[in-house]
Amino acid sequence: MAKKFLSGNEAFAYGVRLARPQVISAYPITPQTIVVEKLSEFVEDGSLNAEFIHVESEHSALSCAMGASSVGARAFTATSSQGLLYMAECLPYASGGRFPVVMMNANRSTALPWNIYGDQRDSLSQLDSGWIQAYAENAQEALDLALMSFYIAEQKNVSTPFMANLDGFVLTHTYEVVDVPTQEQADAFLPKYETNHKMDLKHPRNLAFSAGPDTNTYFKYKEHLGILHAKEAIGEAEERFETIFGRRYSGLTERYQTEDADYIIITLGSISGLVREVVDALRNEGRRVGLLRLRYLRPFPNEEIADAVKNAKAVAVLEKDVSFGNEGTVYTNVNSALQKADIHIPCSNYIGGLGGRNISADEIKTIFDELTLQRSTIQFLGIGGEENGS
Amino acid sequence: MTEIIWHGRGGQGAFTAARLLGEAYSLKADSYALAFPSFGPERRGAPIRAFTKLDKRPVRNRSEITKADHSIFLDDTLFDAKAFFELKPNGTILLNTKQVYDDPRIITLDGGSIASSILRLPITNTILLGAFAAISDEITLEEICEAIRHSMPKRLQEINITAVKAAYKEVIE
Repeated sequence: MAKKFLSGNEAFAYGVRLARPQVISAYPITPQTIVVEKLSEFVEDGSLNAEFIHVESEHSALSCAMGASSVGARAFTATSSQGLLYMAECLPYASGGRFPVVMMNANRSTALPWNIYGDQRDSLSQLDSGWIQAYAENAQEALDLALMSFYIAEQKNVSTPFMANLDGFVLTHTYEVVDVPTQEQADAFLPKYETNHKMDLKHPRNLAFSAGPDTNTYFKYKEHLGILHAKEAIGEAEERFETIFGRRYSGLTERYQTEDADYIIITLGSISGLVREVVDALRNEGRRVGLLRLRYLRPFPNEEIADAVKNAKAVAVLEKDVSFGNEGTVYTNVNSALQKADIHIPCSNYIGGLGGRNISADEIKTIFDELTLQRSTIQFLGIGGEENGS
Repeated sequence: MTEIIWHGRGGQGAFTAARLLGEAYSLKADSYALAFPSFGPERRGAPIRAFTKLDKRPVRNRSEITKADHSIFLDDTLFDAKAFFELKPNGTILLNTKQVYDDPRIITLDGGSIASSILRLPITNTILLGAFAAISDEITLEEICEAIRHSMPKRLQEINITAVKAAYKEVIE
């Protein structure tokens, strides 16, 4: 392994190169641009033997990746925000067609008002598209996810596309130390993509077909099972990964000081780092607080969440998202997990970081303070403007 | 943790300096760094800030620095009394200027003269890095040079190392 000082985008690009995709199709958009620029450099300098197809739109980027996948190629694309929404028509095509394409999404706000900064409303709006969704915390995890994503997506009983999410700017544009594995290690981890599920003149078959009312449920149920199977595949990938690279990941969620915690913040993505800092500071004052980080949103960690918070007095979901007219989408999902497990504790929702607004350590501390009141509330952090304080 | 805020104008290389410092520090064993610019659209000449955080354990707080140990100005037209509000109690300001300041918190360097004589370009980012190595316990001159060899284009390496060493010498003296 080699120690390098890389941004999240660059780290992800290194991870993709190690996975040896055969086709990369992409259209640039801030803050995703660097990952495809870097990959195009790798193709140009010969360190990555792939077909780099610069398409005219995100809709074409995913269509192209799907086409490549349909002939059995390992395919990668990347996007962000409006780009993800523009390709939204193609998302359920890829998942319904069971094409294990991997896509990096740089989490960014969606218009209007126009905003290029990070929040998670883009990817969370696509939770129902049938894709596996993972959220990285730092650049090392981004690189590691890039490698693991292909392994997970391509498992025969999964065969589901994979969306790896990196917080725009705070992760995609922040430089930090990353261990870059060797190609030999990566090859030992990730086998060549082999599938019978492809267009093949010698073995003609029908892919991406119609299914009417009689058979549609069957295919949709199979799709549901596929993404549920990803749970085992993630565990298997991480075990294999640890054996080869020595780094350990903890499946759909990661617990930090939750064992004896009375109050737990549940969150996702790169803000988790700051929550850890606050947890450590409050622990030093003797307060029993913890963090539960959701690494995957699909498949959803229902059991893992229930198990991590079952002895807590109250929990809060902190997310960079809102489903207008209701509440944060992650909050809705977490409440469903608690309800199914018969856990009845106050669960609050903090909607923050919209359009790239900073979430401060003080705000996180205030969430832990408010959790001790053991109420369920839904609030926005840092509204500002004319509504402030009213 | 040691926190450094860089002030410059678009095109002066403030973020490159922030990144090089993070790289120089984190190439050592058990040393970690974060480096990032103030995010957003970039324009040549517009004020920008960049941030470097150095620590002996992984840096988990990705927020912008609000109170710095060191505030470094590549351009003295960006410097005014507001700079002291974003400084920790024992913090220092490293200022690229021809002016003289009678304040123990301010260390000055005429980086422009070094730039014009060695680089023959009005770019002072690596020069301020060399000056920083002279005032900091966290990083050595050799580590800065190593980071330059590691990540700057080959044709720029030696000339920048010469400039870094000149700045280092000037501040030490």
